[in-house]
Amino acid sequence: MEEEVIKKFLYLNRKAPYGSIYALESLEVVLIGAAFEQDVSLAFIDDGVYQLKNNQQTSVSSGIGVKDFSKTYRALEGYDVEKLYVDKKSMQERGLTEDDLLVPVEILDEAQMAELMEQQDVILSF
Amino acid sequence: MKFAILVNEGPYQHQASDSAYQFAKAVLEKGHEIFRIFFYHDGVNNGTRLTVPPQDDRNIVNRWSELAKEHNLDLVVCIAAAQRRGLLDENEAKRHGKDANNIAEGFRISGLGQLIEAGIQSERLVVFGD
Repeated sequence: MEEEVIKKFLYLNRKAPYGSIYALESLEVVLIGAAFEQDVSLAFIDDGVYQLKNNQQTSVSSGIGVKDFSKTYRALEGYDVEKLYVDKKSMQERGLTEDDLLVPVEILDEAQMAELMEQQDVILSF
Repeated sequence: MKFAILVNEGPYQHQASDSAYQFAKAVLEKGHEIFRIFFYHDGVNNGTRLTVPPQDDRNIVNRWSELAKEHNLDLVVCIAAAQRRGLLDENEAKRHGKDANNIAEGFRISGLGQLIEAGIQSERLVVFGD
């Protein structure tokens, strides 16, 4: 990369992991984007919090017959993507706690989430 | 100001590509620059030349091609998203042994890195999606 600009990128994940392709293709951007060595954060709000639910079972025999890509969230650390934020109210509304998630996250209330967004240069909303 | 635009939804199905087009036009009319317009998710379908919309309706694909020609815009379709949805240029069709290609004039197929680069190089990245 010739440029030395480092920008703050936030990937805002708002949708459930299956049922539409947004979550999977968002993750693909994160993985490719990691090569650019920017300051990356991921946030999960609304149904997006389900993306991080542990024990996802999606195989033909036990589920919906779609590839389970949830393990990739665990691999993000290896890409230096370590800042994962989850919206507190979205979790509570869906009966989820931190124990239900497959990776360590920081839980933010609405004001903190707004502040996180305010700090960004680029927000990619999926 | 230097803008980049991300279009995440398909033509006709969703307003996002119309809004993105109107926004791009307004940006150019005001004398600003567009670094790149990137098409992702079903947004890649904005780049198929095989659409045949009713004659009394807008032609979304042609509209993009014309805008690109007029202002020398860089319209980039994500390769991974395009492959899933059957959007190919000549090279991709050959590479995957397909019997046809369908990319519209003014569009090119490239990787997601082009989206990240657009975020880095432009002052505003504006996302149009659901």
